Formats: sequence, C-alpha cells, structure tokens
Amino acid sequence: MEMFEGIVLTIITAATPLLFAAIGELVTERSGVLNLGVEGMMAVGAVCGFAAAHLTDQPVIAIAAAAAAGALMAALFGVVTLIFVGNQVASGLALTLFGLGFSALIGNAYVGIPGIGLPKLDIPVLSDIPLVGPIVFGEDPLTYLAIVLAVGVWWFLFHTRAGLILRAVGDNHVSAHSLGYNVIKVRFLAVMFGGACAGLGGGYLSLVYTPQWTQNMTGGRGWIALALVVFATWLPSRIVIGAVLFGAVSILQLHAQAIGVGIPSQFLSMLPYLTTVIVLVIISRDRTLLRVNTPACLGQSFVPDR
Amino acid sequence: MRKSFALAGAVLALGMMAGGANAADKVKACFVYVGPHNDGGWSQGHDTARLYAEEKLGDAVETAYVESIPEGPDAERAIERFARSGCNIIFTTSFGFMDPTIKVAKKFPDIKFEHATGFKTAENVTSYNARFYEGRYIIGQIAAKVSKNGVAGYIASFPIPEVVMGINAFMLGAQSVNPDFKIKVVWVNTWFDPGKEGDAAKALFDQGADVSVQHTDSPAPLQIAQERGLQGFGQAHDMIEFAPKAQLTAIEDHWGPYYVRRIQAVIDGTWKSQASWEGLKDGLVVMAPYTNMPAEVAEEAKATQAAIESGELHPFKGPIFKQDGTQVIGEGEALDDGTLLGMNWYVKGIDDQLPK
Amino acid sequence: MRIELVRRPNRSRAMAVLSPLVAIFLTVVAGFLVFSAVGVDPFRALYIYFIEPLTAWWSVEALIVKAVPIVIIAVGLSLCFYSNTWNIGAEGQLVAGAMAGSALPILFPDFQGPLVMPLMLILGIAGGMAYGAIPALLKTRFGANEILTSLMLVYVAQLMVDWLARGPWRNPAGHNFPDSRPFDGDQILPVVFGDSVRLNAVFAIVIAVIAWFVLRRTITGFQITVLGQAPRAGAFAGFSHKKMVVLAFLISGGLAGLAGICEVAGPTGMLRTSVSPGYGFTAIIVAFLGRLNPIGIIFAGLLLALSYMGGEGVQIELGMSDQITRVFQGMLLFFVLACDTFIFYRVRLVRTPAAGARAEGA
Repeated sequence: MEMFEGIVLTIITAATPLLFAAIGELVTERSGVLNLGVEGMMAVGAVCGFAAAHLTDQPVIAIAAAAAAGALMAALFGVVTLIFVGNQVASGLALTLFGLGFSALIGNAYVGIPGIGLPKLDIPVLSDIPLVGPIVFGEDPLTYLAIVLAVGVWWFLFHTRAGLILRAVGDNHVSAHSLGYNVIKVRFLAVMFGGACAGLGGGYLSLVYTPQWTQNMTGGRGWIALALVVFATWLPSRIVIGAVLFGAVSILQLHAQAIGVGIPSQFLSMLPYLTTVIVLVIISRDRTLLRVNTPACLGQSFVPDR
Repeated sequence: MRKSFALAGAVLALGMMAGGANAADKVKACFVYVGPHNDGGWSQGHDTARLYAEEKLGDAVETAYVESIPEGPDAERAIERFARSGCNIIFTTSFGFMDPTIKVAKKFPDIKFEHATGFKTAENVTSYNARFYEGRYIIGQIAAKVSKNGVAGYIASFPIPEVVMGINAFMLGAQSVNPDFKIKVVWVNTWFDPGKEGDAAKALFDQGADVSVQHTDSPAPLQIAQERGLQGFGQAHDMIEFAPKAQLTAIEDHWGPYYVRRIQAVIDGTWKSQASWEGLKDGLVVMAPYTNMPAEVAEEAKATQAAIESGELHPFKGPIFKQDGTQVIGEGEALDDGTLLGMNWYVKGIDDQLPK
Repeated sequence: MRIELVRRPNRSRAMAVLSPLVAIFLTVVAGFLVFSAVGVDPFRALYIYFIEPLTAWWSVEALIVKAVPIVIIAVGLSLCFYSNTWNIGAEGQLVAGAMAGSALPILFPDFQGPLVMPLMLILGIAGGMAYGAIPALLKTRFGANEILTSLMLVYVAQLMVDWLARGPWRNPAGHNFPDSRPFDGDQILPVVFGDSVRLNAVFAIVIAVIAWFVLRRTITGFQITVLGQAPRAGAFAGFSHKKMVVLAFLISGGLAGLAGICEVAGPTGMLRTSVSPGYGFTAIIVAFLGRLNPIGIIFAGLLLALSYMGGEGVQIELGMSDQITRVFQGMLLFFVLACDTFIFYRVRLVRTPAAGARAEGA
C-alpha cells in the first residue's frame, strides 16, 4: 500500500510542471496563437524562480519571479509575432533557442547551489488518513495551484464574457475584429498568460521537483506540454488527465526497469513519446470533437486593415 | 582572391609568431569539454582540475577551454582550432572525442594530446582514466552495512564497460559484507538530467531500496533520499551541501594532480605517450568524508580504502563468477585491466539483465 | 501618433534583399552591447566572432563541413514550409537515414566496390523518407497534428540508434564501447575538395539549385506555393492537399536522411549513439533565415555555421561562455523574423485624431 501511495505521489509531482505549462499554452492557443517556445520560457522561469528564492528566501517571491520571467519571455514572442507579424512557428523555435541560452547565461552564478525547496502543505490529521491523506492533503502548494489554475481556466473560457471573446478571437479574428474587439491586445494578453504559466512550470522544477538549477534542466518537458494541448483537444479537463497519464507512463517505465522486465531501457524510454503519438492519433480521429474545439485561426497572423 | 590568400597568410603567420612566443616562456594547455564547464558533474570536474593546474603551475602555464562540444565532427574542428592556436598540450575529456583526437593528432605531431576514458593511443596521444571502481567497492561495503532492507537502488547512465564495471565493483563490495545483498538497477539513458534521475530514485525507493547509488552526475537522487529520510552516495564531486543528512560519502573525480604532472612533463620536455589508469593511491579518485554512518562503519571503510591504496586488496580479486555461474577467475588472482576495460557481464547475485 | 502596418500590394524586392542585412546589422549592434556589458572589447569580440573564421583555409573548410548537412535539410524543409506543412522532426528523419544507410557497411563489412556508396546513399534517403512518411500518413489518414508527431518521433529515433550502437551493431572489436565498426574504403564518402570537404557539399549545391528551379519554374512548384498560401484556391484548382503533405514529408524526410547518411559515412565514419548535434533543428532556423529560398538557404546555412564557429572562437580567445552563441542565434533569428515584416508590409505613421485636430487648427 505504501508503495502504491508513493507511486501515485510521484506521478502527481511529475505531472505538475506539465500541467502548468500546458494549461498556459492552451489559453494562448485558444486565442489563435501557436507558441512553440514553451521550453525556452520554462527554462527562464526555472532560473529566475531559483535565483529569486536564493536571493530573498521567500517562496512567494520566487514563484512570482518565475511567472513574471515566463511572461516577459512571452512578451518578446508577442512583439515579434503579433506586432511585427513574424511567423509563429519559427519565432517559437527561436524563443526556445534563445530561452535555453539566456537561462544558462544568467544562471551561471547559481549552478551547484542547493535550493531552499518549498514546504509541503501537510494539513495535520487530514494528511494522516491512510492512502487518501497524503495524496489529497500532503502535496506541495504549487500542485494545488496548478489544479486551481486548470479549474480557473475552464471557468474563464466557458463561463465568462472575457473567455468568450478570447475564443472568438481564436476562432475567427476577422469577425472578432469587425465586432470591435482588439484582436492583438487579446492575443498579447493570452500569450503573456501562457508565458507566466510556463514560467511557473519551470519554477516548479527548480524549486520543488529537484531544488537546484542547472542548464537544460527542463529536459524537453515544454514539448510534451505542447503535445498535451492537442491531446486534450483544447479542453482544460483533459489537460489534467493527459498530464497525469504522461506522468504515469514516464514513472512506471522506471518501475518496470527496477522490477527487471528485461526490455532494453531505450525502448521503455520511448514509451512516453510513443504514447503521445498514439493518443494524438486516437484523439484526432474524432473529427467532430476536433472541429468544435480547435481554434480555427491557430497559427495565423492577423493585421487589422485599419 | 589572391588578396584574401595573402591576408590569410599574414594572419596565419601572426598566429604562428604568437604560438612561438608562447612556447618560449609559457606552456599552453587546452581543454575540450563535452558539457558546460559548470555542469555540476563530469565537465566541471575537469574544469576544476584545469584551475587547479593553473594555480599549482603558476606563470609556467596558460590554459583555455571550449565547452559543450558535441561528439563528432564538431569535436574535430574544436580540437584542430586549439592545435592551430598555439596549444602545446590538448586534453579532450570525453570518450566520444577519441577518434577526432587521433585524427587531429596525426596532423600535428609536435603537439601532445591526452584523451580521457578511451583506449586508443598514438606517438603523441596518451589515454588516461581513473579507477573509479575502487571507490565503488568501498561504497558497496558501506551500503551493505547501513541498508536495513539489504537492497540498494542503482541509477545507471549507459551500459558501457565503465558503468558495468562500477556496478560489479559495488556488488562485490556489498557481497563481501552481506552475500545476499540485492541491487535494483534503472538505466536512465542520460549522464545528467536532474528530473529523470530524481524520478528514478523515487521509483527505486518505492520498490524497497533504502540506499541510492548513482552513476549519473546530478545531486537530484541524493535530494530525494534526504527528503525520504534515506541515504545515498554522491557522484563526481562532494554533494554534501545538497544532502547534508543523506550523503554517506561520494566518489570524487580529481584530475588535478594528473594534469599538473602531465603539463609539467611538457614543460620539462619529458612527456611520453602512455595509457594511464590511476586511482585512489594516486589521488585521482578521492572519497568524500564518511558521514551519516556509525563510527565503526566509517572506520571499516577507511581500512578498506587503505588496503586498496596499498595494493593489498584488489576489488576484482577471485574467485569471481558471472551471473550464470561460470567462473571468470579463481582464488588468489585478480582480473586484468584489459578484461575490466571491456567488461560487459554482471557478477553473480545481480538480478538485473544487462541491456544488450 | 501611432504606428500601423499596411499590406503592400506586392512583396517588396528591395526589402527582400535589405531585410536580412538589416537583421544582421541589428544583431551586430546588439552583440556590441552584450559584449560591452560583460566587459569585453566589442570590436575584438565581433572580429573573432564573424571575421576570424574566414581568415584561414582550414576553418573555411570546417565552415563548409558544418553548413552542408544543415543546408541539405533546410532545402527540404523549405519545400515543406512553403506548402504549409510543418515538419519539425527532420532530426529524427536524419537519424533514420543514418541508421538505414549504415546497415550496409555494418551488416556486410566486407562489401566493397563502386556500388557501395550509391547503395548506402539510396538506403539513407529511403530511411529518411520512410520515417518522414509516418507523420505524413498520420496527418492525412487521422488528422494528427504533424508538428507534434514528427517531433515525438525524433526522440524515438534517437533512442533507437542509441540502442543499435550499444547493442546489436556494436563493434565486436571495440572493447564493448558503444560505436559501430569504423567504415572503410568505399564505405566512406570521398573528399572532393581540400582536406575535409566531401561529396555532400556538391549534393547541397545541386539540391538547392534543383529546388530553386522546381519552385520557380515547374507546375509542382506552383502547386506547392498555391496550396501553401491559399489552400482553398488550390483545392478549387484541383490540387490535392493530402498529396502535397505526403510529398512534402517524403522530400524533406529523404533529404534529411541523405544528410544523415553523409554525416555517418563522412566526417564521423561510423555509427555512434548520437548522429547529429541537432542539425535537424538548426535547419528549421536556417530555412527561415534563408526565407525559404533555396539559394538564400545556402547563405543562411553558412552564416549559422559561422555563428557556431565564432562562438567557439570567443570561448577560446576571450574565455566567454558558449551560451553567448545560443543567445546570439536567438537574437539574430528574432531580428530576421521581425524585419521580414517589411517585405510584405509598409509602416505608416498615423496621427491620432486629437493630434490631427490640433494640426488642422494650426
């Protein structure tokens, strides 16, 4: 039982950074912008969060710094793609390249220093309930924040007027524009939000997951987050499922090795990626679901005529 | 076209003059790293050693490095650039730099090359490595003494002889204390990925291991051990800062003394090609302080270390059996270096299957 | 006052030439500031970065060797991107090509003769094509997003070659180190120029010229362009978008495979656990830097190769970190992408109504 509990806890922590980054990218993509720079924004978020924690010893400031850094990186992307209408795919790739390099540059001073870590929530009594207790009440605060964020985004997108406008901009920027909405402004805000979330995802890695900073510590998680958005057909509830599923595959393959299944480790390491592809294919087969939820203007630049 | 040739010629001549001037008073030692110089692991170990050599040799030496050089054609270019920029001795510090080093060395017979962890040498190319397995034998003994469950979790990088040798040495050490000791192995297919290494540590602990061993470079597994109230061993350098309560000891890479000797040999004109494989005795492999363990365990570890240093104990002394029970070597003998360097089989008692 | 973008009726030819130059100029200015900020003589740093690699023959050769695989892949990708198909997985197709092509010298080590190299190249191309066909078919059959499937398949290919080089294809005489047997004789791509420039440099130029010709002068090229820029118009004209996606992936995958086998059979000379230092990803940047023009891509490839070598130069001579290189490349790309705006758009200063009214009053 203890082993099961441990595995579930591990899966949830593995899913958290993915959940952060993916939920942010979902909002960005719902507004019609494809930002492939998630990996770069996460890296900068990770180093800035770590640096702030190191300098101030204040977890709240560290988390805020990670989010702010991600948002600033996203703003850079916003300027290039929304104001200068640069190609979104290429700009996103450039952002990843830039972010990985830049994070390494500013992170030089923080390599080899242990991080402060964040306290676990650990509500007395409740977290002592066997099995359910530690899993439901014993997570770190950022995991709860990620879940709150997912619920908040769902509520925002489908139950508020602002969310409706955001989706309208993503589905048909021309008519949204003619209805008098400022397409560029909405998109810029959505991009910044996406960046802030990616920054939080990066911050989670350097503050909680493995409290330390080293370059390239994001390890491709930004790309997985991008895949999760499509996997989820742009629906927040499915992002949560997807993140947990992906976390589970990547953790369970390690368990399979530890037990000794005799399959070369390279093939087990492929599993998360193959799962993503297969799930993507299965999801994509449901054309109606995709048609309803895919932002129709995804990746298209918009220049107001007047 | 002619003009640009002339320009190239002039620059080249200038470069050679600069090289000549260097040779007169200073030896230039150059280093090629596979990762960032401050990766917290392998490359940082070499960079620390570079600085150590600079400090020890003072004005007699000048150093330079290039970092994050991918193995392959890029390495050849980086090495050649060094060769042409007046370096007298070039250290290439990753296994994958072996063939590029040999290739470039052929073109520059007057420059000395030193390649780490490979097996090819030439007139002006030395290969060097450290006997890390000596340290692994000691930590195997410690693990068997401190583990309550009798199970260690081993986070391994890639199934190459160096790593397999390490797992075997660890197991032989552990078996010398507890013949029924078990290890669980996870191959993470990376030298450095804190997230993945940490995940592997969690998985191993969840499966009943209560002490972690790693042949990957990040302190993440130790951080997990500390968080869980368990213990583990550091790798490449002392990681006690990351896990003050969890680290038992660490196997540290100290290339510094070796670099000082080799650069000194160039200064003295006594440099000769060789295949160098030094260990605890020579100060290349250093054990971090034995902490977080009962005093008598620490004493025994020190005794083992002394026995290895004096040559009294060889970690791969016979009798040694493979997994299937075939005897590799009998009582009173030890495995030779050639067998160790190409090791691709597990010793008896390891349940894991070696990836083929 | 407000800045507004106005679409030009036609793309500006002057700007098409000017914009990359402006971008490079801006990068140099930014570089000047960065170098000054970290306390390095910016003139010396910029000289080492951009000029010095061009002042010696061997380093010009090294530059070409570095640029060639990137250019070959980028040309294929440009066709892809033209047709609005997003193949992000060229790195995986490169690895697949390297694996397929290496099968011959590894499984039949004694096979020599004039047939060996052509067969290896064909196998390489076929391997890249086959691997590129997977995301293409997943896209056309199931509608799966090709950006993500092609990217995920990169990791799969990398793990596969890792397994091969460590496992079944490991050199039996190599002390169990994770390399294949070294290729020899006819299994090695011949050097055609200087010390190290191999036959694939010729391939790169020929491929770029052919691609340029196809795009500009043939029906297929026209279809690619039309379908890419106006899918609906293309559909009306009877061009099949699905066919185009498959074709684009086959071409770009095949070229990536060619680049892969040429690396393995060329400078590396054996199959190793990692085949390329990310050429497939760099090529995406180069494709855009060359503005999807095959000839432009040759220059862009050389420029990017230069930025790598310059990065090593400032490390060696000024002791700066290699991260500068990546930051630099990122900036260069941002500037290029932003400057490209002026090819299709004019910038107009619009006076805000209030300011306008005051002007009238005066």
